[in-house]
Amino acid sequence: MTAYLLKRLLIGIATLAVASIVVFSMLEIVPGDPARLMLGMNATPDAVQALRDQMGLDQPVIVRYFEWIGGLLTLDFGKSYTYSVPVLDLVTERVVVSLPLALIALALSTLIAIPVGIFSAERRGRAADTISMGAAQIGVAVPNFWFALLLIYIFAVWLRLVPAGGFPGWSAGIWPALKALILPAIALALPQAAILARVTRSAMLEVLGEDYIRTARAKGMPRRTVLWRHALRNAMIPVLTILGLQFAFLLAGTIIIENVFYLPGLGRLIFQAITQRDLIVVESVVMLLVAMVVVVNLLVDLSYAIVDPRLRTNR
Amino acid sequence: MSLLEIENLTLSIGKTPILKNIDLTLSAGEVMGLVGESGSGKSMTALTIMRLLPQAAHAQGKVRFDGIDILAATEDQMCALRGDDIGMVFQEPMTALNPVKTIGEQVAEGIRWHTGANRAEAEERARKILDRVGLPEAKFPLSRYPHELSGGQRQRVVIAIACALKPKLLIADEPTTALDVVLQAQILDLLRDLVDENRMALLLISHDLAVVTEMADRITILRNGEVMEEGDTARTLSEQSHPYTRQLALASMHVPARRPFSPLEGEMSPKATERVGAGGTAHGPSTAEVTPSGRSAAISPSRGERTPLLVVENVTRDYPGRRTSLFRKPEPVRAVNDVSFAMKQGQSTALVGRSGCGKSTLARMILALDKPTDGAIRFMGETLTGKDEAQLKPARRNMQVVFQDPYGSFNPRHKVERLVAEPLHVLERQPEAGERREMVARALHEVGLKPADMDKYPHEFSGGQRQRLSIARAIITRPKLVVADEPVSALDVSIRAQILDLFADLNQRLGVAYLFITHDLSVARAITDEVMVMHEGKIVERGRTGEVLDNPQSEAGKALVAATPDLRRAIARRLQEQG
Repeated sequence: MTAYLLKRLLIGIATLAVASIVVFSMLEIVPGDPARLMLGMNATPDAVQALRDQMGLDQPVIVRYFEWIGGLLTLDFGKSYTYSVPVLDLVTERVVVSLPLALIALALSTLIAIPVGIFSAERRGRAADTISMGAAQIGVAVPNFWFALLLIYIFAVWLRLVPAGGFPGWSAGIWPALKALILPAIALALPQAAILARVTRSAMLEVLGEDYIRTARAKGMPRRTVLWRHALRNAMIPVLTILGLQFAFLLAGTIIIENVFYLPGLGRLIFQAITQRDLIVVESVVMLLVAMVVVVNLLVDLSYAIVDPRLRTNR
Repeated sequence: MSLLEIENLTLSIGKTPILKNIDLTLSAGEVMGLVGESGSGKSMTALTIMRLLPQAAHAQGKVRFDGIDILAATEDQMCALRGDDIGMVFQEPMTALNPVKTIGEQVAEGIRWHTGANRAEAEERARKILDRVGLPEAKFPLSRYPHELSGGQRQRVVIAIACALKPKLLIADEPTTALDVVLQAQILDLLRDLVDENRMALLLISHDLAVVTEMADRITILRNGEVMEEGDTARTLSEQSHPYTRQLALASMHVPARRPFSPLEGEMSPKATERVGAGGTAHGPSTAEVTPSGRSAAISPSRGERTPLLVVENVTRDYPGRRTSLFRKPEPVRAVNDVSFAMKQGQSTALVGRSGCGKSTLARMILALDKPTDGAIRFMGETLTGKDEAQLKPARRNMQVVFQDPYGSFNPRHKVERLVAEPLHVLERQPEAGERREMVARALHEVGLKPADMDKYPHEFSGGQRQRLSIARAIITRPKLVVADEPVSALDVSIRAQILDLFADLNQRLGVAYLFITHDLSVARAITDEVMVMHEGKIVERGRTGEVLDNPQSEAGKALVAATPDLRRAIARRLQEQG
């Protein structure tokens, strides 16, 4: 088990290293001089050059790469070109919006999808199964921003239960903050839940056809007991895989959803940073997102080992 | 009154009739053998008793177990019976246990469910029954997971689950079909003891007449969902008054007519036409392998007029072992250990041994699908070891393979023409479309199928026909050697007899040499000239088939022979016991 986890950990670190090279070099080849951008079109060549020296832009690529990495490791993300404040401050300000949003969405989609998937698998071929899987099909097909608009119309404009957008900040209290996050979280979660429900259903059905389910039935346990005791845990193995992959899509989804709901999160930050060529912010935020995905996938690998004893002994 | 009474049971699934007017009775302490070919309704009869039928199934008639009307019982009543009064053991031990639960949990679960015992009590009982089935706690603690056990051990766990609460009736559906003969004998012994200890009734379902004869007091023979004959095992099988019983018995003991191999000419001797008797001892002395140094000596490659077809020299294969520590290099597992032998053109050799003895690994290396760690393999005078795929092409033309499972070895979306023509890509010159069809037609004709079959898909064929297809695929390039890995063990007895005939016939007509990999000695006896016994990676015995099987010298050979059920012997013993 330790060998297995150590291997996963090393793979995670390697992923981060490769991602950092890709992110760094992508932004390196993008046209546009950050120094000129910061100073504006009218700046003198001397001023631009002075700023370039100050920012270290004339140093060799390798040196700048390692300085950047060193900065990341010591939480010194550098200074934003456009906002002229440390990137770390910008990021922490936004992470407290985006991370809760993604986690709430993840939790919501799991809480909706797994029961629906089990429910459907139990009633395979019956009306309840057809209806819930039909709904899931719609959930997969509808884009989340459209869904977001629909939610805003119903719950914010029509029922006036929650604000239509914006974020009061956690300092305004937990409840108002959560209220601002709930619609975006639902909008993010539903398409994911639809996919996950279908995966759960098919995983359950596959497991229910296995020989050991028959063995368990032959012990005298009713269908439903067997389903919970024997089928569920085995069916969770593919579900966990999808869950891990979905976290990355959730983070990507926040870029759109935060723009729809006007939330000051990482998604909006990165969107603005790209349009303003604020490379240092883009680099840092992308690396942060990569790190989050890597961590979540490590957790998924850990939970594999908990669910499946074969992973614990065979490596 | 009998424990189990089935009267006039008729079962259909959807609109398909499965069982017709089945009658069967079974008393406490009695062993009933339920025999039939696949699709005859054996398993469905068992599942009806357990009421674990598919949802679309509809049963009529009467099934009474211990005074309870099974077909009319509520689901709650059935749950109370299953696992308590009726236990069931299934065919496939590798998949019958939940991979994410320990064996202790799985055995104790049924005990707790039925008796309401607390965890500690249930575990104590689980420990006892596991010990009883031969898994003592010292070596097999309750905390083991199924993947840490071998197939035979897993089957013991399944038996422990079924017998934990001392059921009145145990249903065993092909409990040993997936195991090698030595394990089969052990499991059958265990079942017999459990029957004797608890006066348990046993319904033993099997396609293997010899197994049933050794175990069962009475026998019921099913065909297409109908009972053909029912009665005392020894009498039914010795009198064989019903034509189908006779047909089954003959097929089980079938030995194809074939001329013994003449080693000096390296081909079939034209004079020796004697039929190899069922006893398998009829290899005439004139055709015997003359090996000066005795029969266990390897045939030296230089002997004989021709170069040997295949020479295996000191071949060893190591696999990386399981890592026990993060920092220590794992000990390699030696699957094949310093094996040497040679085969002549047209010779038919059996490689027998228990599962896991390394026979399939050896076969893979001969087929150049795996590389030896050490040693060399020469085929038709050419060294195979160390060559790349392009260099192996000429050799591949002359060696083909037939696998065990006629269902899994075809792509279901391709037509037969394409499937059978698959090996043609190793030919030097690719045949044109018309030519290709002709070759496929000829290969199909040779295995007893119609040329028109080439436009069908594999699902349109029965199991036996599919095995014919895989043989057609194997012979289309006119190979000199066909390696067959348990080619008949998935087939019913009558089909098995036909396929054995086909192998014998092709050996004679086309001069193909066979390497049969099997744990079934009756296959070896039926169609091979020579037997090699493999044990823990080594060939421990080698000689003429009849000699080795009648009088094995090695421990491993003796164990295999002793464990192999023999219908003739079993009937004789039963008759003797009954006086």
